[in-house]
Amino acid sequence: MAMTMTEKILASHAGLESVQAGQLIKAKVDVVLGNDITSPPAIAEFNKIGRPVFDKDKIVLVPDHFIPNKDIKSAQMAKTLREFAHEHDITNYFEVGRMGIEHVLLPEEGLVVPGEVIIGADSHTCTYGAVGAFATGVGSTDMGAAMATGDTWFKVPSAIQVNITGSMPKYVCGKDVILTLIGMIGVDGARYQSLEFTGPGIANLSMTDRLTIANMAIECGAKNGIFPIDGVTIAYLNGRTKKTYQAVSADSDAIYTRKIDIDLSDLTPVVALPHLPENVKAVRELPEISIDQVVIGSCTNGRIEDLKQAAVIMSGKSVHPKVRTIIIPGSQAVYLEALEKGYISTFIKAGAVVSTPTCGPCLGGYMGILAAGEKAVTTTNRNFKGRMGHVDSEVYLTGPAVAAASAITGRICGPEEMVK
Amino acid sequence: MDKKLIFHGRVWYFGEDVIDTDQILPGYAMTCEREQLKDYALAGSKIPDFAKKVQPGDIIVAGKNFGAGSSREQAPVALQSSGVGAVVAVSFARIFRRNAINIGLPVLYADLIGLVKSGDEITVDFNTGEITLPDGRTVAGQQPGESVRSILAAGGLIPKVRQQLQRKGGEAK
Repeated sequence: MAMTMTEKILASHAGLESVQAGQLIKAKVDVVLGNDITSPPAIAEFNKIGRPVFDKDKIVLVPDHFIPNKDIKSAQMAKTLREFAHEHDITNYFEVGRMGIEHVLLPEEGLVVPGEVIIGADSHTCTYGAVGAFATGVGSTDMGAAMATGDTWFKVPSAIQVNITGSMPKYVCGKDVILTLIGMIGVDGARYQSLEFTGPGIANLSMTDRLTIANMAIECGAKNGIFPIDGVTIAYLNGRTKKTYQAVSADSDAIYTRKIDIDLSDLTPVVALPHLPENVKAVRELPEISIDQVVIGSCTNGRIEDLKQAAVIMSGKSVHPKVRTIIIPGSQAVYLEALEKGYISTFIKAGAVVSTPTCGPCLGGYMGILAAGEKAVTTTNRNFKGRMGHVDSEVYLTGPAVAAASAITGRICGPEEMVK
Repeated sequence: MDKKLIFHGRVWYFGEDVIDTDQILPGYAMTCEREQLKDYALAGSKIPDFAKKVQPGDIIVAGKNFGAGSSREQAPVALQSSGVGAVVAVSFARIFRRNAINIGLPVLYADLIGLVKSGDEITVDFNTGEITLPDGRTVAGQQPGESVRSILAAGGLIPKVRQQLQRKGGEAK
């Protein structure tokens, strides 16, 4: 029976010849991921089961959300995570100084590879579909149970085919691709489904673009988003992973419930306006919107190419006097590379602050919370009401180049304005 | 017919707006101990004092994509511990629904938009998916699958996993 990539991966992990959409299966997991805010409840549930961890090499624990500890309560949660990692001798626990934002760190460290089944107690776990894995977010109880059993239940998702052609014009990035898609289908347009990216245009998307696109699959409700395994994937993994993996590909006659065509050549820089990621508008169609803060970073756009896009725009310029600009490299490796390439110097000279890796501001944790009435342009993934602070603040989602240009002008604008 | 799966309660009607997890439990409340989460239930919503007003057994009625966004299990835990007995929505975000079932918070697919208002008393039968309105009319919701009902009957996923491990002759405590 013809299967999608997701169906093939789930079938192999369930020990079945084939699976079909809607089927309930029990699948083995290759990676179980947790962070400092979702793991403590997971550990409490794990302890109720009364078993050892199923495999200390397959559990990945990353303190990244409120880390370095923002207050006493977050310090306590981080301590719970740290002590669990040490007690169970977890191989991949990343302490402050080595940690990064989990979805930047795991691909970078080669801990996620094609064909795997990955669950993480974080909704953006779907990021790893970029390397051709089935990866999906779960809650703490699922994480706790899987740490004991090494498997979990899934309903096999039906699939939407996203057929990509063309190549991106200048100043268009992966963020514009996924925001455009979410704008087309809405925040529940792929609810419970798999987004399967196909087509010749994929060869023109870098791994950074793919990671950004897969990262936000959840923002249209998808269970996972998955890219085919190609030369870009192999080149990215070479020298990065010690894991062996097998290439999986969709059957040519796999069944999709819907096909969506995106021609990259038609895209333009876009913004998702408050308060849903589906409120997508072209930057050039916006009225003048003055802003108070810019954040460049996060699991969506915290990689070196993202910082490069911002640095190119900000080089030799100054952040608008009424704007606070916060740059957050996604990992220590990204931070170091940005330092060596001079991006950090560019940001600081422009009047931005540069933070250690953290999810902090994206979820209204710390390191850039908004007051009532304030507006922020951010490269993060959600603009729900109150997401980054006061319920009467506003979040505008963009790619790094638009965010950087907006930081300079103090209003939402496209990067082409900077290079006139 | 499992009587534990029949809920009668007072409605909190949220209409058609998407209720995301940042409204159900704002990020700033994520460091709370489990016991304090209830104080922040729906603190980011249009009913910010929900936690003070909710009564045990109350039923939330909402529109599409309830629980969109974060995987934070603290969101359904906050609702459950504040006293919410069940959530009825046109649709649920996948991770939220899975979390709710895992912790034993009953969630049912049904479209009650325009059929009820806050303060109405309704009965929700998770055995059949049927909802009885104040005037006695009934609305058919989606009957939960056997696996969902078995997790809810066990009291959540962890009790169910423990049962399974014990059946295998394991050494679960």
